[in-house]
Amino acid sequence: MSKPRIATTSLCGCFGCHMSLLDIDERILTLAQLVEFDKSPINDHKDFTARCAVGLIEGGCANAENVHVLRRFREQCDILVSVGDCATMGGIPALRNMIPLEECLREAYVDGPSVFNPEGRIPDDPEIPLLLDKVYPAQEVVRIDYHIPGCPPSADTLWKTLTALLGGTSAELPYELIKYD
Amino acid sequence: MSTSLENAVVEVCASVGNDPSRLMDVARDIQARFGCVSAEAIDGIHKHLGVSRPTVRSLVSFYSFLSEEPKGRIVIRVCDDPVDRLFGYERVQKAFSDELGIPIGGTTPDGAFTLERTACIGMSDHAPAALVNETPVTDLSTDKAREIVAELRAHMSPERLVKKLGDGNNAHPLVRSMVKNHIRKAGPIVLVEHRHREATRKAAAMSPNEVIRAVKAARLRGRGGAGFPTGIKWEMARAAPGPRKFLVCNADEGEPGTFKDRVLLTEFPDRVFAGMTIAGYAIGAKEGILYLRAEYAYLRQFLEDVLARRRAEGFLGKSIAARHSFDFDIRIQMGAGAYVCGEESALLNSCEGLRGDPRNRPPFPAQKGYLGFPTIVNNVETLACVTRILDAGPATFSEYGSKQSAGSKLLSISGDVGMVGVYEVPFGVTLREVLELADGRETQAVQIGGPSGRMVGPADFDRTICYDDLATGGAMVVFGPDRNPIEIARMYMEFFEDESCGFCTPCRVGNGLLRRGLDKVLAGRGEPSDLAQFEEVARTMKATSRCGLGQTSFNPVLSTLTSFRPLFDSLVKEDPKKFRRSFDLEASTQEAARIRTGGAR
Repeated sequence: MSKPRIATTSLCGCFGCHMSLLDIDERILTLAQLVEFDKSPINDHKDFTARCAVGLIEGGCANAENVHVLRRFREQCDILVSVGDCATMGGIPALRNMIPLEECLREAYVDGPSVFNPEGRIPDDPEIPLLLDKVYPAQEVVRIDYHIPGCPPSADTLWKTLTALLGGTSAELPYELIKYD
Repeated sequence: MSTSLENAVVEVCASVGNDPSRLMDVARDIQARFGCVSAEAIDGIHKHLGVSRPTVRSLVSFYSFLSEEPKGRIVIRVCDDPVDRLFGYERVQKAFSDELGIPIGGTTPDGAFTLERTACIGMSDHAPAALVNETPVTDLSTDKAREIVAELRAHMSPERLVKKLGDGNNAHPLVRSMVKNHIRKAGPIVLVEHRHREATRKAAAMSPNEVIRAVKAARLRGRGGAGFPTGIKWEMARAAPGPRKFLVCNADEGEPGTFKDRVLLTEFPDRVFAGMTIAGYAIGAKEGILYLRAEYAYLRQFLEDVLARRRAEGFLGKSIAARHSFDFDIRIQMGAGAYVCGEESALLNSCEGLRGDPRNRPPFPAQKGYLGFPTIVNNVETLACVTRILDAGPATFSEYGSKQSAGSKLLSISGDVGMVGVYEVPFGVTLREVLELADGRETQAVQIGGPSGRMVGPADFDRTICYDDLATGGAMVVFGPDRNPIEIARMYMEFFEDESCGFCTPCRVGNGLLRRGLDKVLAGRGEPSDLAQFEEVARTMKATSRCGLGQTSFNPVLSTLTSFRPLFDSLVKEDPKKFRRSFDLEASTQEAARIRTGGAR
């Protein structure tokens, strides 16, 4: 039987959750024996090569591209997991949800005290994906099967969840792993 | 600070003896005189009453009848209650808005008018209705709205809008209101002739413990909805040690669709005050407070007059009914527009001049209530029952009604029925019988016990009104065949979202989540998992909210879901690709696209 495939992506996140995944240290060798990585920044595969058993989503959706990627993950993966607070709840990027989009853009590109932009132009190249009106957690865009809290979830949490998912059992996460105060 | 404002603040603070716990009265008074409690006024109150600025400001921001920003000399508050919406709120509101040239929330440039929407004003039998300052204007139409504005422009005095006086005491010179009582069915317990003087005299001839025993023997339970045995509650307060004790009558009738307390206070204030006096005697309280909701301010002068008469007659004050040491007096505490203040601990905070945030329990008010003293809070109707029990004897009371629920219940019936109004029915009556009484035809759904009660469909019409089956504080809103129950549930959730005090997260967030969930379902973008989420959110709210509001406010959703499941199921569906049907990429990028092309909003 071929190894299960997993895919990962970072949408509107900081890559911290991916760093945390790398933090499993030498267990990454075991992981490499257990699974085949498909589309993921870890191996730099830009697109899916086959259907995957598990997709790990870091970050929420802040722009149209995030939505396309997330929807593609939903189509290509049997199980989708929101990893970390941005994917589950929007996280830090969602702080902008309180502020009208135009105000955000003006502050970032025109009015901010450290901005030098004599033309006062907000980036408008058609290649730049359009921002969404607000930042959406992954589950508001597609159905998500599991959520792992944390900013980021620790390497142990990710390891335990992944191995449980691959083994077809439920993840037993002790209190220390999901307590964040 | 301007001298006139400074003088007014000094005067108003002095009128309450510079007592910080009377902040509410001070703020209300300043609001009435200046149309706002401005930053300057807050400064002055801080100085003269000795309460911190943030305390004053948080009070002013909490209550919808108080504001830091100046309001017009005349504030028109259009009642935005589900019943009013069904009967034309939108049209009436728009007529006001067009005529005044301002949107809801706006004030005319000349500072004459402010237009607002407000939660249920206790006039569901008169929908659509509005308050013009303190004057209720009832049974509105677009024409009437336009006439009202034209007239007000001419004379600027809301009282003069009242042309035809209502029945009974609504025509009393101190009330002069167009409100009608709509008493449709008077039973033998509450809406019957009471000998309130006799009842007080009888109580005075008994010991306080004997009074409590009589109330227990009558098996009286609270009429506000929760149904706690009144006698047991009194015993707790009687037993609680304290140099002072208080008896509070909860006349903050804010449950949308209820108006029976309005009628009791209009027609039978004596039996309510006698009930308070007897209750005060029983628990050992010498001080009573009637907490009157701001929406009923038009009854205030009249009620003050009744209190004055009772004092003159020797039924309030010292040595009542000639019994030595039977001292009791009542003051009226006005509210300022906050539904949550109907919750007893929030009401006590409000009486103390604080925001109407509910308190943690225990300690219960019976142990530690108003100003920290043992306090009993009873509903208006409960206290009217007390007078009847003392007058006619516990047996007369307990023989009426059903086995577990003694006595009668006042129902405020509104919505799609032929005869809106107040009905006194025996406990144990079926919903079907009540609907027949009120001439409800082809009824599709009934919201019973107000929004935090439940929404039932025809399958439940043979159930009975009593504490063990369909418990109710008295609101009964009837919906005919053309109404959409999900839309109604949504309106109720919008109400709770507005009225949640915001203190605890489950209530503040939960009500919003439920409302948005219903929006999704109504827009045809719901999924079966949304229905499961309703149940989950409700569970969390019930288990973790701080007070009765959040512990029950999900009921419109849950009970509608139970009673009208097929309707919900027909509106939700699974997306084959497991995408969220509620997410609309085009809509959510519209704003960014506009900014990119430099288009106008």
